[in-house]
Amino acid sequence: MIATLIDYGAGNVTSVARALRRLGAEVRTTNQPEEITTATCLILPGVGHCAALLNSLDAHGLRGPLLTAISRGTPFLGICLGLQALYQSSAEAPELSGFGLLHGHVDQLPQKVKLPHMGWNQLRPLRDCRLLDGISSDAYFYFAHSYAAPAGGLATAATCEHGREFTAVLETAQIFGVQFHPEKSGAPGAKLLDNFLRLAA
Amino acid sequence: MSLAHRIIPCLDTDGSRVVKGVHFEGLREAGDPVELAARYNAEGADELVVLDIAAARDNRPTFLETIRRVAEQLNIPLSAGGGIRSLDDARSVVRAGADKVTLNTAAVEHPELIGELSREFGAQAVVLAIDAKREVEHWQVRIKGGRVAANWNALEWAQRGVELGAGEILLTSVDRDGTQSGFDLALTAAISRAVSVPVIASGGAKLPQHFLEVFTAGAADAALAASIFHDQMQSIRELKSYLQSNGVEVRLPC
Repeated sequence: MIATLIDYGAGNVTSVARALRRLGAEVRTTNQPEEITTATCLILPGVGHCAALLNSLDAHGLRGPLLTAISRGTPFLGICLGLQALYQSSAEAPELSGFGLLHGHVDQLPQKVKLPHMGWNQLRPLRDCRLLDGISSDAYFYFAHSYAAPAGGLATAATCEHGREFTAVLETAQIFGVQFHPEKSGAPGAKLLDNFLRLAA
Repeated sequence: MSLAHRIIPCLDTDGSRVVKGVHFEGLREAGDPVELAARYNAEGADELVVLDIAAARDNRPTFLETIRRVAEQLNIPLSAGGGIRSLDDARSVVRAGADKVTLNTAAVEHPELIGELSREFGAQAVVLAIDAKREVEHWQVRIKGGRVAANWNALEWAQRGVELGAGEILLTSVDRDGTQSGFDLALTAAISRAVSVPVIASGGAKLPQHFLEVFTAGAADAALAASIFHDQMQSIRELKSYLQSNGVEVRLPC
């Protein structure tokens, strides 16, 4: 199994690659359009500012090939900003368009709680989903973000709450996303990545 | 369901070996960072901090190699700092595998560095470390390993740091550090209530009760300790069980 990791310059590419290799996957990190087109599965890690992700994808000409691959059915996993990029837009960079594959807008979490939402939190599963298969419903995952996707929508498989409820896990036929960092979430995070690799195989 | 309070072991290194001291002085060796990192990762630490307290310029390659080797062991977040004076220093630490960069003296001397790092890596990756010492009516910021008083009230500096882009405060009580007499609860609560970002309390931990106090009366979001974990005086697992049985939300590893 070769997992293609989109390297737009995010700080967590190395950690995600390391976590996938521990699971026995062969990892290819790339910022080349043709490697995205021919990938068997795609992972977009992200951390930091939303504008950095979207601008970098566009500067490298990766957005088109990525959307084409997803529309052809290539399994895709977005991590943190990689999940947020799937929506129409983000209040963190309102001048830029998201991928628009999911309906809705990413907004800042309410300032009545401490931001960033930093640390380990639990999920509220809304339905059965393949990403969380075999993972205890009270498992903790590591979050580090201030913006989040809305909780509603058919793609949302599990939510989390910090100031408000937001989408923590999303899953359609071949589009997957997690707001937390599975590469930093101990054994449950490793299990989730393994689930993705298996269903993408 | 809510955000768990974090327990964070700290590895103070001279670049390659873990060292420890009292009141920032009298260092002695306390172990191998890679072995300790693997142990804490397995025992249920929520995060790990690695600091280069020698922070000598010619020592940087050694420290970066230590970060790389420690990061290899972890499936939890890693913060690294000590001697980070520029965006380039921060980049090399992140490339070596750190998820967050800790700034201390350089942030006081060049506050704009906080914003530069925050724009490049995101606020969640910028930890402002503040060493605070109690004066008569306030806490004074200390820099250069606690030796020098800076021209800042700790509470005002914490607020300024957050405005500039820090996503977290690592707050060390210089008075309590190494004394094992408990966290400075008044200091921690004052800073935690004054800023909108999470606060990690540090300095003075010994007993499980100290952690309970700092999460309740101290309003801390996370607590950091070094020697009590290195010396195996306190197991992380037992500490978390104690906290949970006293009503504090913690992540008990499966």
